[in-house]
Amino acid sequence: MKSILKPLLMVAAMAMGMNAVVTLPARATLELNVNKGNVEPMPIAIPDFQGGLGAQISEIVTADLKRSGLFAPIDKAAFVEKITNPDAAPRYEDWKVINAQALVTGSVSKEADGRIRAQYRLWDIFGNTQLAGEQFFANDANQRRVAHIIADAIYEKITGEKGYFDTRVVFIDESGAKNARKKRLAIMDQDGANVRYLSDGRSIVLTPRFSPNRQEITYMSYESGQPRVYLLQIETGQRELVGNFPGMTFAPRFSPDGQKVIMSLLRDDGNSNIFAMDLRSRSTTRLTNSTAIDTSPSYSPDGSKVVFTSDRGGRAQIYVMGADGSGQTRISFGDGVYSTPVWSPRGDLIAFTKQTGGEFQIGVMKTDGSGERILSSGFQQEGPTWAPNGRVLMFFRDSNGGPKLVSVDLTGRNEQPIPTANFASDPAWSPLLE
Amino acid sequence: MGRIAALTRNPAMIALVAALAITGCASKKTPNSAADLGLNGAGAATPGSAQDFTVNIGDRIFFDTDSTSIRADAQQTLSRQAQWLNKYKQYAIVVEGHADERGTREYNLALGARRAAATRDFLVSKGVAGGRLKTISYGKERPVAVCDDISCWSQNRRAVTTLSGAGS
Repeated sequence: MKSILKPLLMVAAMAMGMNAVVTLPARATLELNVNKGNVEPMPIAIPDFQGGLGAQISEIVTADLKRSGLFAPIDKAAFVEKITNPDAAPRYEDWKVINAQALVTGSVSKEADGRIRAQYRLWDIFGNTQLAGEQFFANDANQRRVAHIIADAIYEKITGEKGYFDTRVVFIDESGAKNARKKRLAIMDQDGANVRYLSDGRSIVLTPRFSPNRQEITYMSYESGQPRVYLLQIETGQRELVGNFPGMTFAPRFSPDGQKVIMSLLRDDGNSNIFAMDLRSRSTTRLTNSTAIDTSPSYSPDGSKVVFTSDRGGRAQIYVMGADGSGQTRISFGDGVYSTPVWSPRGDLIAFTKQTGGEFQIGVMKTDGSGERILSSGFQQEGPTWAPNGRVLMFFRDSNGGPKLVSVDLTGRNEQPIPTANFASDPAWSPLLE
Repeated sequence: MGRIAALTRNPAMIALVAALAITGCASKKTPNSAADLGLNGAGAATPGSAQDFTVNIGDRIFFDTDSTSIRADAQQTLSRQAQWLNKYKQYAIVVEGHADERGTREYNLALGARRAAATRDFLVSKGVAGGRLKTISYGKERPVAVCDDISCWSQNRRAVTTLSGAGS
């Protein structure tokens, strides 16, 4: 990834808009509290950016903000003022009459060296003021990323939370009949664009997960015959077996510092325990030792704890332990079967899959198991992954013959399909790109 | 234990079970099933051949939901398998463990592994040499029956004894 990122120079708040950004208290009048349960989407006007690529970029910004559920982009046909100079203050009254609370203007132009320059300004209509202005340079290949970065900046300016649009998702692309599914490792932007395949479909591959350094994923593959955990360098395609264990290894995830992979290892008696492998020293540490299925481990963001699934109590439930395996404690006590716990990147919640009453539910609970909330229910759905800001989950739902990706926010009210060409499962969200 | 359990007690009926799965659930070819071998359920296979094992002995057993215990009907099938495997020692054996789709992917990989191990252990207890037996779990990734209800799920919760290294 580094090679792609270098040309993308971010020059924040250059000559333009600098004063406005610094002297105005951020979110003076324009504010969206995402912590409130009921967020009314903020009406926002985003006229086409100026310049040849302008409309294309502003469409992506608009789509990102709309999908978040926090913004309601206003139909362009309703606009009164036609923006001709995106750097000049708008006629605030013209935007007030259509109840736009925020206005985004911008332009995209080509530099002499071939790079594109994109700039935007965010206007607080009822505050009669500019809230932010920034410009970005990028090479052609990163056009969409520039749009996502602008959307992230607007999201952050207005909500006070980091955005999540300049991110990618690794997932399993599935095609063919259900009893002969071809499964391929794939990566795409969070909005479904720029799909790239990372495996050829000859072997079953499952459960890819991002490293915190973003250039590497860990996943499970049947390529050697016995299912095992691998590492893959996304850019070079270099692959590597994680450890040399006699039996199946599965359910891998990175530690937050990227130095370890935690996973399940099958015991000869048919049960599964959790191990952590240090990727530098190659030493492994056993964290659980039960005659049960212990799987789906996920670290807390500070690396001090691990949440996992175990059926040691009879049916699968969620447990938390120290990163050294100490103090294994059950935290889920609801009516049903719990699995695939994933610790939020903010540290405050654990997302999970719950089976109850013939349904599969995606929900969240506090890290002590209290405050369970179900965000989505369906006949067959599972495998939540967190957006890096801890506000949105993506998971996969099986319906109409195969799985598709779906995102849902923490209110549970904003569910969005993620477009993919084929069936898709096992999404894993990247951290914010840099 | 429903109809399938009853049918599997009669080895000659295994092919019929597979055939029912195919018509009932619009399944395509089922690997390792008698239907795949072009047989009609008759015991026409050469004794000691893979066909003989699949058709006349029965290569698979079924499990209850989220369970890894070997049911009574499955014990009969496995006892026949052990007897056959002890007679035809040229085969190496891979026991595949499978789960239905009513569980999460990672948990079902573990569940399939446990079913395969339980099946292996039963065969060993009936005298099959442990060194001949390997296990592999496919979790819920290789269903043979593909409808969205109980009739299919019960066929997918299975352990399949497959022969490799055949000397015949």
